[in-house]
Amino acid sequence: MLDILVSGLLLSGTYALVAMGLNLQYGVARIMNLANGEVLVLGALAAFWLYTTSQVSPLLTVVLVAPVSFAGNWLIYRYLLKPLVRRSKSQGALEVDSILATFGMSFIIIGVMVSIEGGFFAYKYLSEPISIIGSTTSLNRLVAFGVAVLIGGGLYLWLNHTRAGVAVRAVSVSTEASGLVGINVPRVSALAFALGGAITAVGGALISTFITLDASIGVVFTMKALIIVIMGGVGEIRGAIVAAAILGLVETAVATLIDPGLTLAAAYLIFVLILLFRPQGLFGRRAL
Amino acid sequence: MKPSGWLELLIAAALVVLAAFVPMFANGYWLSIAVTGMMYIALSTSWALFSGPTHYISLATGAFFGVGGYMVGTMMSDYQLSFWVPLIVAPLVAAALALLIGIATLRLSGVYFVIFTLGLAEMIRNLISWIQNNFLGSRGLYVLTDFRDHHLYWMLLGVAGVIYLLGWIVNRSRIGFALRIIGNDETVARHVGINTATAKVIMFTTTGFFAALVGAIIAPRWSYIEPNQVFSPQLSFLVVIMALLGGAGRLWGPLVGVIPFTIIWEWVGVQFPNQSTLFLGLAFLLIVYVLPNGVVGRIEQLRDRIGEGRS
Amino acid sequence: MIRRKMLGLAAAAVTASGLVFGAAAQAQDVIKLGAIAPKTGPLAGGAVVTQWPNVELWAKQVNARGGLDVGGKKMMIEVIEYDDKTNPGEHIKLAQRLAEQDKVDFVVAPYGTGFNIATAPIYGRYGYPMIAVSAITDKMDELTQRYPNLFFTLGTTTAFVEGVKEILVEQRDAGAIGNEVAMVNVADAFGIELADRARDIFGEAGFELVYDKSYPLGTPDLSPVMKGAKDSGAKAFVAWSYPPDSFGLAEQAIIEDLDVAVYYSAVATSFPAFGAAYGNKINNVLGAGGTNVDDPKVAEYRKAHEELTGKVADYWASANTYAALQILEQAIEGAGTLDRDTVTQYIKDNSFDTVMGSLSFENNVSHTFWSVGQWQDGVFRGVKGSNVDGAVPVRLKDGWAE
Repeated sequence: MLDILVSGLLLSGTYALVAMGLNLQYGVARIMNLANGEVLVLGALAAFWLYTTSQVSPLLTVVLVAPVSFAGNWLIYRYLLKPLVRRSKSQGALEVDSILATFGMSFIIIGVMVSIEGGFFAYKYLSEPISIIGSTTSLNRLVAFGVAVLIGGGLYLWLNHTRAGVAVRAVSVSTEASGLVGINVPRVSALAFALGGAITAVGGALISTFITLDASIGVVFTMKALIIVIMGGVGEIRGAIVAAAILGLVETAVATLIDPGLTLAAAYLIFVLILLFRPQGLFGRRAL
Repeated sequence: MKPSGWLELLIAAALVVLAAFVPMFANGYWLSIAVTGMMYIALSTSWALFSGPTHYISLATGAFFGVGGYMVGTMMSDYQLSFWVPLIVAPLVAAALALLIGIATLRLSGVYFVIFTLGLAEMIRNLISWIQNNFLGSRGLYVLTDFRDHHLYWMLLGVAGVIYLLGWIVNRSRIGFALRIIGNDETVARHVGINTATAKVIMFTTTGFFAALVGAIIAPRWSYIEPNQVFSPQLSFLVVIMALLGGAGRLWGPLVGVIPFTIIWEWVGVQFPNQSTLFLGLAFLLIVYVLPNGVVGRIEQLRDRIGEGRS
Repeated sequence: MIRRKMLGLAAAAVTASGLVFGAAAQAQDVIKLGAIAPKTGPLAGGAVVTQWPNVELWAKQVNARGGLDVGGKKMMIEVIEYDDKTNPGEHIKLAQRLAEQDKVDFVVAPYGTGFNIATAPIYGRYGYPMIAVSAITDKMDELTQRYPNLFFTLGTTTAFVEGVKEILVEQRDAGAIGNEVAMVNVADAFGIELADRARDIFGEAGFELVYDKSYPLGTPDLSPVMKGAKDSGAKAFVAWSYPPDSFGLAEQAIIEDLDVAVYYSAVATSFPAFGAAYGNKINNVLGAGGTNVDDPKVAEYRKAHEELTGKVADYWASANTYAALQILEQAIEGAGTLDRDTVTQYIKDNSFDTVMGSLSFENNVSHTFWSVGQWQDGVFRGVKGSNVDGAVPVRLKDGWAE
């Protein structure tokens, strides 16, 4: 039982890292980013590459990767996505455009990564056993969980208790209304998109310490992130975290108590059931 | 009825007849491109039957396609049945599945619907792998037939033709009218007394049926079925992208999306064998920025411009 | 001068399509070799370790020697390669392209069981000899009857399970393990097939599967699987796994300090990256494949592999992949022609001197292969195989310390 709780919560931390970035990008900047998983794998590649070539600790890579990814994603939003936002007449039209554009971007990032490392990003870092309340787990998962808690907590405080954070939340509720009350919507959207990208890349760097990734695996994470964001409710950081916790716990419980073969099926079943009873996600607002 | 509707159907019929002669001229390589293209034409057109007018983007194509391919694999390999049995059974199973999904998703809209279909497809994929692992067992799913590319091509062409005809009929029927109103404003549709639920479910079931049929037809081409490959989420995304690229608002939209897409895909793959994924991505971006409203948008824009020039 | 039978036909087709420039003129000086395998997609991680470097290595070596001697004429190798993106439809299309547009003289067999079977009808139609390496199936007889140009070299599903069973029986007789075995498998084609065979074969040998579970491809956390295996108390652990999860299972076994005497994980255990990542902790881990690094031929091959491609060869199918190319090389030179039917017949009738030793085909199937290997002090050595020399005794897994 304790094993389920500990392993489940740690897995939830991983899922939160995967989904929090996309939650900002989709919830605030309104970009359904299909390249989200590739940005995550890019972070992983950076950690792997720096560690194997120059023994840079992945924890240091995390610090390096965050500003780089922030800048990169800001530029992507500013020069590639903003024109799409501007030309789209409705949210539906923007969704169509962003699906097409970010799908293209995901291919480009995969292409770049394959030319750097086509094989598996296999290395080990902090894979030391550690016992938490009697249950054995690994140090690297615990570290990732800790960082996930820090990022989640930090985001929550920032969104609720700072001026910039409140502006971000306002944009996530309504772009039109925010514009009317004097919020610079394009700027806030760019900020949210860049921040989301930074969190995703940091997550990738951390995840690579305990999951062996390769250049083409991004889509798996994109799908998981989409599921979590939608399950929690678009634009709700609490929702994404709660959804991540549910998935982590359910997967571990099913794997331990029933059959590991059903873990993913059970996770998707939970997702499906939640949407059936709450079509707007756990914390989502009812669409108008 | 507007005469242009009949004209459209006539052109479509002529194209189908013309397309039927492709295997006579195209050699193996071009024909294999044509098979891939025809597969996507059938899938995208059937996807657009539902998603085009309603604006509900479904990512479940891969699940239905997978049911088709997987059932052919398991029925032929594990139960020694003829190819034709699963060809008939699989689409019916997929349609039943789509019916359930359609009913389940009635309350969902927008992005919640999109991701719901994705999650559901993944759930089906995992369940089937699990069932095969624990109950059916397997010595590999082999689909060894004597079909050649031209047989598959003609089958796919036939399916695509039927889908097109069906779309044409639906567009002129009450149900098509209902779907379009749903796409414009679902609340209004409900208030004017349109049974939105029935219209949506019927069309969703139809797309599920055809996706499985296409999956079943393609299975002999793959010869060896792996659940994780045949239930491909990438296929779901590609079908959506091709349809959107063409323009899902018109029945012939996906057609004009798939053809240039297939050609670009092939050209890039051959030009940059080591970096085809990278250059495909660049091609994608270029298309998005150059063709804001898809190929259909560009064609209609040109038509309008010509029309203005005349008047 | 040797003229290909197909030349007249080829020239006509070239003029008709007008797409291949100077192919007819060139065809007399170089041998075109087509290679399609994933560079992206789920199988890419394996293909860039096992498949691609060997194609590169072989072509470089042959060309450095001045090319192949085809009936007294030296011909250089030109490789034409494509990325199938791990997509069967894409692969089939490109295979047609190789045959008809590029008009390659020979092909390298694809990477992956499914891809080999999917292209067999196409390559068969054009008469290409297809020496499949990364294809493991129990249907070899039926497939080679259907496609007489298809050759298998890496062994059958049953042979792989038998190799593991032999080790289990030996260790049971030695008293290192009991009758209990914990078995897991990835729920995808190859994993399902192997687990299915293993249930029968282990059962017949009197073993009891006290833990027998599958896990889905792409499971992010394998710790429940490993905890379950650990709780079963079995002293033998067998995983029919794929690349990313072979790494994940090893990681979890280290964390959980899995107390077993026999630990086996299937594909990718033989990858150099596996040893590099886990160092001495995975000492005495068993896996699919194996090689005999003490064989001077193998040592020379591994050295050349590292020098010319910059990568360390894997300890399993790398050598088989290279051997398949050597067979093609010797068959072309031996037949003294580029005529594919003659070369195919030559492969059927002769034995070949390869990095894997002397290799020949019986009904298109070679029975020279390694089935189980073991990491022993930083090298993955073959411990079980068929018609191979240099198998070392199996060691027991003794903890996961550095």
